[in-house]
Amino acid sequence: MSRIDIRLLFVVTALAAGCAPGTSPDVMPAPISAAMDREQTADQQVRHVLNRLAFGPRPGDVERVRSMGVDQWIALQLSPSRIRDTAAERVTTALPTLAMSSRELFDRYPLPQAIRAQMRRTDMSREDTLRVRRAAQESRRVLAEMQIAKVARAVVSERQLEEVMVDFWENHFTVFAGKGPERYFIASYERETIRPHALGNFRQLLGEVAKSPAMLFYLDNWQSAAEPGRLTLECGNRNAECVQQRRRGRPLSRNPQPASRIPRRGLNENYARELLELHTLGVDGGYTQDDIINVARAFTGWTLEPPRRDGGFVFRPVMHDAGEKTVLGQRLEAGRGLEDGEQVLDIVAAHPSTARFIATKLARRFVMDDPPESLVDRAAETFRRTTGDIREVVRTIVTSPEFFSSAAYRAKVKSPFELVVSALRAMDARPDMTPRSAQVVARLGQPLFLHQAPNGWPERGDAWINTGAILNRINFGLAIAGGAIPGARPERWPRYAELASAQRAAQVDAVIAGFLGGEASVETRQILERGENPLLAECGMRNPDCATTAPDSSGMDEDLPPGPRRDPLSRPANLDGLKEVIGLALGAPEFQRR
Amino acid sequence: MQRRVFLRSGAFALVTLGLNPSFLRRTAFAAELRGAARGKILIVLFQRGAADALNMVVPHADADYYALRPTIAIPRPGARDASAIDLDGFFGLHPSLAPLRPLWERGMLAPIHAVGSPSATRSHFDAQDYMESGTPDLKNTPDGWLNRYLATRGTCAECEGKPTPFRAVTMTEQTPRILAGPAPVIAMSSLDDFTIRATGSDVERLEALYRTGRADIVHGAGAETFDAVKLLRAANPRRYQPENGAAYPRSQFGQRLLQIAQLIKAGVGLEVAFADVGGWDTHVNQGGATGQLANRLDDFARSVAALVTDLGDRMGDVVILTMTEFGRMARQNGNGGTDHGHAGAMFVVGGSVKGGKVYGRWPGLAREQLYEGRDLALTTDFRSVFGEVVREHLGAGDPSSIFPHFAAGERLGLF
Repeated sequence: MSRIDIRLLFVVTALAAGCAPGTSPDVMPAPISAAMDREQTADQQVRHVLNRLAFGPRPGDVERVRSMGVDQWIALQLSPSRIRDTAAERVTTALPTLAMSSRELFDRYPLPQAIRAQMRRTDMSREDTLRVRRAAQESRRVLAEMQIAKVARAVVSERQLEEVMVDFWENHFTVFAGKGPERYFIASYERETIRPHALGNFRQLLGEVAKSPAMLFYLDNWQSAAEPGRLTLECGNRNAECVQQRRRGRPLSRNPQPASRIPRRGLNENYARELLELHTLGVDGGYTQDDIINVARAFTGWTLEPPRRDGGFVFRPVMHDAGEKTVLGQRLEAGRGLEDGEQVLDIVAAHPSTARFIATKLARRFVMDDPPESLVDRAAETFRRTTGDIREVVRTIVTSPEFFSSAAYRAKVKSPFELVVSALRAMDARPDMTPRSAQVVARLGQPLFLHQAPNGWPERGDAWINTGAILNRINFGLAIAGGAIPGARPERWPRYAELASAQRAAQVDAVIAGFLGGEASVETRQILERGENPLLAECGMRNPDCATTAPDSSGMDEDLPPGPRRDPLSRPANLDGLKEVIGLALGAPEFQRR
Repeated sequence: MQRRVFLRSGAFALVTLGLNPSFLRRTAFAAELRGAARGKILIVLFQRGAADALNMVVPHADADYYALRPTIAIPRPGARDASAIDLDGFFGLHPSLAPLRPLWERGMLAPIHAVGSPSATRSHFDAQDYMESGTPDLKNTPDGWLNRYLATRGTCAECEGKPTPFRAVTMTEQTPRILAGPAPVIAMSSLDDFTIRATGSDVERLEALYRTGRADIVHGAGAETFDAVKLLRAANPRRYQPENGAAYPRSQFGQRLLQIAQLIKAGVGLEVAFADVGGWDTHVNQGGATGQLANRLDDFARSVAALVTDLGDRMGDVVILTMTEFGRMARQNGNGGTDHGHAGAMFVVGGSVKGGKVYGRWPGLAREQLYEGRDLALTTDFRSVFGEVVREHLGAGDPSSIFPHFAAGERLGLF
């Protein structure tokens, strides 16, 4: 069969599968989360929850979840505070910058530009140049430690669902650490803004994000001020009452002295637009350009202290547009201050489009790229009923029959982060306290905390798959099996010693059980087992035309001069025995899914 | 010409290796079609960090230039050894750009001055973002304009609906913003990275894993990956010898351009290539005819010139487009450097380019002519240039879907 015919067959098969009864939403079982409504076998359910509420199973996890019971395990993961997590704590304490405030980070790891600016008056000596270079290296540490921690915690944390949710919200409320001093804000962003609310109340989380230096800086709201000519609140530092109220954290007076006209830089709509489009209502959520402008006006004055002071959130009445505004049909009275923005957050958090938008996104993360309407409806209903209790929305989703449907099983393609972390977990790796694992995630296309645009990394699994991506993923599987990732030696796999000198068939069985969820196609099993050139044999049976043997690649790299960068993915992996089986399994199509 | 290209292409080499006939048919057919129908190639080079336009393309006949830059200005042509290379009596090239001079003389080089983003931002991040998304002051554009070109353009219907995997290649570790989006792009820091790092029969085992089993996107992309690896290997890039005496610098940038030439000559269906080069943020001691900026320009110019020399006749189908996020302040600062400015300069190089002329209206450097009293003012929106390149070189129809909300004014007439 020619390649064209095979392609056509693929399409036809895919179409047929999509139309098969039992996968279409209208024949989904009734929305009651009883185990009998679940299409997945008991064994599949165990692996499914470990791949969705966690970053894949470690050795022993399947047995642990099975003995605890899938539903009890889900309930426990939904209450992370009940889970002891010393392994994750050890990671955090080993990385000193994680606990530092933005100001501390600014002081200890100044930007090279800041150091250069100090030297402005004199010519730079050789030592100065070295100092700037060292500073550049040091300041990179601030971001590197966050990246190291993100991978290491995902690998070792017992609170797996919390890590999944932190990752989810960091992507939903994404910021770009490469923008100027943004890197100094991301430690506190994760620590104080995202993590404490990852399974909390959506309105609270939204409010924390709106006041976070990370978001205020990334989306420029810190410099958004009333347009010239607009009424602002006359309440600077000289206004004692105002200062007092600000210290107490209370909204400003309802009877301000209006009418000072201060020319400022003017309105910046960036945050307002993303708040509506990406954080709450969604792009088709029913808002207008006027809404965006009025939301932006409401958030004028939500700004930052200079980093030398403490770099935190501050409301500056002199920047605030105190005029009347209408947002999504609701009137915001004139003459108010901080409460303008707070009310906007109330309005958008309670908007039905938001419930649906967040429910869809969560269902996409946990269930499948195109989640069934029935499930989204119920999750959105939970969101409304609980006024945005994230834990309950997630519970609705992960205990639903749709979640445990056959169609959902292994339906998601792993992101690079998920791929690397799941492989490290499958290998029972120790946390990698070097930047290596995070660099591999970047090589696979997902540099952590470095997504530039505010829409975040793709939510759909299939968005990650293309020619270059598969190549790197295969090379990653080979690299990790070859021991090129710190902390992840194949010998650490608990069954390694027992199987190292076993028959190939026994090795393949164990690797399929341990790394591929116990399920691999007949072909995959044969290919892993077979010693001779499998493709020739495979093709020979069906079609002599399809043999596509590549020239032998052995020794290809010896004649190469050493490149400037020797990362794990550019080293040839010479694997044999059990390591070879593991490398092939990690590079196999089955391992790309969760 | 067509025949020569075909013989050189990887498809021919495949025959000698005894490879899959149906695969070969498909490749050869597609390559021929593309060669006949389009075969146009765009190479985009990004100077990250804001290259100093005024010292790159020097307005040596503008007296204000010398007043603004007492210690870092490039001397007038003929002043001494290291002086501006005169182009048209008004502008000149930085002496380090001497390798580009033959391209000017052959009418292949079109500098554009006072060009850039209408956004007022002086942030590297924002300005690069806008230049790559193609939507100044709009931050939520999810994709880059080069990817929008690839996506809206689609491919020729005869090519089985699938372009070659090497249609768009970026010689960078990550896919840059300009190529982000739904159309597939291969990112690699070197051609050597584009190989399966397994030994012996494990390569075939891995290939078999993706060519059997489920019919899904993972398997489909996997099968294409192995096709692509073979296509590249058959083209044998390791044995590459630049032609026509082209000498690429050993710098990372030079080597990446060399590899773009390799891909082009391998006939793997490359249409859009991207590379970037840093080191342009010259706040301190940028130097004049020699020094920091001169060294960066030397590497830049020798790399571009080598690429053009190496490609030889192929330059008839190739356009090289260089860009930088903004220009630098007209007046030098207190550290012998320049701070962030506004309008900048670009180069367009190609056999079909109407070169030998500096494009863009010169706004002048007198105080009242400067943007916000300090920077070179903008007279050409970068989207005018990008739009003209995708329309007139690559043959895209109406570029309004690639550059939304932008009404291109008068065409520059680059082609």
